[in-house]
Amino acid sequence: MLKIEDLHVEIDGKPILKGINLELGAGQVHAIMGPNGSGKSTLAYVLAGRDGYEVTKGRVLYKGQDLLEMPPELRAAEGLFLGFQYPVAIPGVSNIYFLKAALNAIRKHRGEEPLDAIDFMKLSKEKAALVQLPDELTKRAVNDGFSGGEKKRNEIFQMALLEPSLAVLDETDSGLDIDALKVVAEGVNALRGPERSMLVITHYQRLLDYIVPDVVHVLIDGRIVRTGDKDLAKQLEKEGYTEVRDAQQQ
Amino acid sequence: MSAATEQIDEILKKGYDAGFVTDIEQEYAPPGLSEEIVAFISTKKQEPEWLLQWRLKAYRRWLEMKEPTWAKVSYPEINYQDICYYAAPKTNENAPKSLDEVDPKLLETYEKLGIPLHEREILAGVAVDAVFDSVSVATTFRDKLSEVGVIFMPFSEAVREHPELIKKYLGSVVPVSDNFFAALNSAVFSDGSVVYIPKGVRCPMELSTYFRINAANTGQFERTLIVADEGSYVSYLEGCTAPMRDENQLHAAVVELVAHKDAQIKYSTVQNWYPGDENGKGGIFNFVTKRGLCEGARSKISWTQVETGSAITWKYPSCILKGDDSIGEFYSVALSNHRQQADTGTKMIHLGKNTKSTIISKGISAGHGQQTYRGGVKISRGATNARNYTQCDSLLIGDKCGAHTVPYVDVRNSTSKLEHEATTSRIGEDQLFYCRQRGLSEEDAVSLIVNGFAKKVLKELPMEFAVEAQKLLGVSLEGAVG
Repeated sequence: MLKIEDLHVEIDGKPILKGINLELGAGQVHAIMGPNGSGKSTLAYVLAGRDGYEVTKGRVLYKGQDLLEMPPELRAAEGLFLGFQYPVAIPGVSNIYFLKAALNAIRKHRGEEPLDAIDFMKLSKEKAALVQLPDELTKRAVNDGFSGGEKKRNEIFQMALLEPSLAVLDETDSGLDIDALKVVAEGVNALRGPERSMLVITHYQRLLDYIVPDVVHVLIDGRIVRTGDKDLAKQLEKEGYTEVRDAQQQ
Repeated sequence: MSAATEQIDEILKKGYDAGFVTDIEQEYAPPGLSEEIVAFISTKKQEPEWLLQWRLKAYRRWLEMKEPTWAKVSYPEINYQDICYYAAPKTNENAPKSLDEVDPKLLETYEKLGIPLHEREILAGVAVDAVFDSVSVATTFRDKLSEVGVIFMPFSEAVREHPELIKKYLGSVVPVSDNFFAALNSAVFSDGSVVYIPKGVRCPMELSTYFRINAANTGQFERTLIVADEGSYVSYLEGCTAPMRDENQLHAAVVELVAHKDAQIKYSTVQNWYPGDENGKGGIFNFVTKRGLCEGARSKISWTQVETGSAITWKYPSCILKGDDSIGEFYSVALSNHRQQADTGTKMIHLGKNTKSTIISKGISAGHGQQTYRGGVKISRGATNARNYTQCDSLLIGDKCGAHTVPYVDVRNSTSKLEHEATTSRIGEDQLFYCRQRGLSEEDAVSLIVNGFAKKVLKELPMEFAVEAQKLLGVSLEGAVG
């Protein structure tokens, strides 16, 4: 599904990612853990194609294609979804309208007929239920005046609607209380499937109690310093990133 | 003066002499403005003496007036003697016979805007029986309207059929000497529409008309008069588009609205005239005077405008709130891309008690576009308990455009209450990226964000207009980002 090879990325000439290698198979869930400033969000943005990140070396293959050559909307149309850490508000544009436009843009790319308003509403209701997103929120302007938790639930709601083949979830747990976390995690788990891979980026192990990953990577200072199974996350929680890094350096 | 120019002058004069009055078949008045030209127009339109005198009075006032310079727009000096002030309808001989003969680029724009086929023919100037150039208005549903006593007809026709109406109201809201462009319009107005809604009648349909500019180098001087008698209601739609032109074209329209006791007038405009190219070449100069008089108690006038076209926009649809408890509203979206300049806003003049006004202005600037909101709220002494709410927001796209806000407030009555809110924002890279990450193209994303920004105004438009306006905003911004 996704193959990252020796990826080096700079922002304004400053190296952030210093040779990432990662292979994510279809249906797998990988977690990337790391302290603040380790390059987690940079990785997420580079995968999604945001401007301002310069890839100086390496390549990324997505479904066998050169991902880095594609504009962001094409990546999205090809099934790459980024759950934002800080989703932005778009005042005056209703959530439903926005998502219908997005879904139909993606459907068009796939050569499918656009969904009409009625079918879309049906689908939207079904998916909103998945993350217990109140009906009222689906009609409000995109993320406008949403609480932190509502924004995150909205991200997962969008993911459910767009049915990506690769979901990159950037700190989906940040700003959530434990109940909201459970709801979001259940939503994510419901979307797991043999055809859908996920890259779950998080600071804390907590989220991984609910979304259990197949593989855990530890990202420190722009490099993946360790890779293991779900128990690695637990170990990290106990020992902290410093220990892991120091252990690595020895 | 050299011999050559003298000769040219001679020839020009000759043409000029022969140009009007005598030659009834003449399609164009020769360029230039004089009492003779004013008389020529009046004769062409078979107007009564009183109207000719009214025009001449306006012309003489105009001669004494100066072109206003206070607006934040700059354009090359207009030579008023270079302009043709009258163009008769073309006999359709030169008009394209079908859409196949129309400039494909124009058709592409219509396609993008989703304009229905039959309307495309009208807009593209295909020889169909409809609005054309200075001579007027599609009056398709006239029979149905006359059943309920509604008058909706071209100005020149109304002058003949309802002279008492015209005599009473023409210039009653915008006097001939109101401003330079209004005076010019009063002297040379070519045609326009007249609407009268009788007492207690709710006009059974939205009234609409397309004004177009077609003849090159011909100024357009439309005149619209809408009178809503006691307890009546009318919604009037005005939509404009113009084909590509290289020459700057002057447009100076006047619109007058009168709402009597308990009457309501809703006036909606989508203005999409040729804005000039990316370098500011060509495009329409649009100097418009629009004003409504809430004459009677509890009357209401609302202006809604979507201004995306023209190289220069100078336009302040206003309300005089004379009747007690009358209401004035102004909802505006103005967009300036490339080298467009718009100086637009409104005046709300509160005279009666408990009068209320609402101003919602949304300005969008992109490219090198310049956008000015200019508003005036005046609460006079007698306007006890007057209320005004003003919100003006500016959205910037890119870093070479400008947004300016010039609100004037003049309050003479301490019981009044005014609120003013203003914001300036930018389309963020983060918003664009968010949309694109969800699969929308950059252009669709801009269009979506802009439409969200303008939503409060767009929702005031009649349904079918709102859809067109939404697309228009998107199309007008093509190439604004990137």
